[in-house]
Amino acid sequence: MAPDLVRRLREETAARIAAHTDELTALDQAIGDGDHGFNMKRGFEAIAAAAEDLDALALGPALQKAGMTLVMKVGGASGPLYGSFLMAWGKAMTGDPPTREDFAASLAEGVAAVKKRGRSEAGEKTMLDVLVPVLDAITQAQGDPIAAARQAAKDGLETTRDMKATKGRASFLGERSIGHIDPGARSSALLVETVCDVLEENP
Amino acid sequence: MTDCVAIVIVSHSPEVAKGAADMVREMVGEEVRVAYCGGNSEGGLGTDVGAIQAAIRKVMGPKGVAVLVDLGGAETNSEMAIELMADELLGEVVLCDAPIVEGAVMAATEASGGASLDAVRSTAEEFLS
Repeated sequence: MAPDLVRRLREETAARIAAHTDELTALDQAIGDGDHGFNMKRGFEAIAAAAEDLDALALGPALQKAGMTLVMKVGGASGPLYGSFLMAWGKAMTGDPPTREDFAASLAEGVAAVKKRGRSEAGEKTMLDVLVPVLDAITQAQGDPIAAARQAAKDGLETTRDMKATKGRASFLGERSIGHIDPGARSSALLVETVCDVLEENP
Repeated sequence: MTDCVAIVIVSHSPEVAKGAADMVREMVGEEVRVAYCGGNSEGGLGTDVGAIQAAIRKVMGPKGVAVLVDLGGAETNSEMAIELMADELLGEVVLCDAPIVEGAVMAATEASGGASLDAVRSTAEEFLS
């Protein structure tokens, strides 16, 4: 993996989240409390600002540190959810650079941490409806895992539209949550897409 | 007094957190230690893991701490805060599944009599059931 991978991930995730803040806010206003866009922006700006600490680290420790930054800065439920995800993912990522197997096995730990933190599974209109299919796609892909991850994120995001929320603020709406894409699933899909783009910069 | 369970109130809103803590002091008195926090790290609506940890540190003791939260993110952030400070806790810290204002007052009332953390939590959680 490219030596400047951590720097590129840090810069690009912050830029994409910033570019989509209004979209995330609008989605969250429909079925949540409308703070998801700004919370994510604040969190990823804080990660982007931690350049000196992050860029010298291997990917695993960098993910852990970025996760802790989200936990401390975000202020909404997405902080501990994304924070636990990155912390568990980074902790389990042993190889430097990680092999595809390392990447998938450690990502599985990250996804498991989200399930535990949110006491949730896929199918409940959350970020897990993107992360679980993406993990499955990477683990099972016969061909290009990056292409498989992209498609899984896109498809997973779309499945949240017809789901009824049973977790988080959207669950207060019950049936009325149906017909809206989940904002957490949207931010997850956006991040998956961003990571895929950065990974493809230096094949 | 450190022989009572302490109470921590975590709301998305600093005003709600302070108001709930004021009600506890008014109705239960000063013998139960109460700390509160509300708002994200920039002062907007939300919760802040660092502030939650600071509130717990301020009142924690061997009898433990009962934490009352309002909405989803406050719960998730409080769980995260407690996990991350596991090494320094002086006693057990638990979240109560109870409405924040009523739960805090009921928990503090129970705590003021010297009850255990389990009893304090049960009293708070039974309030609406």
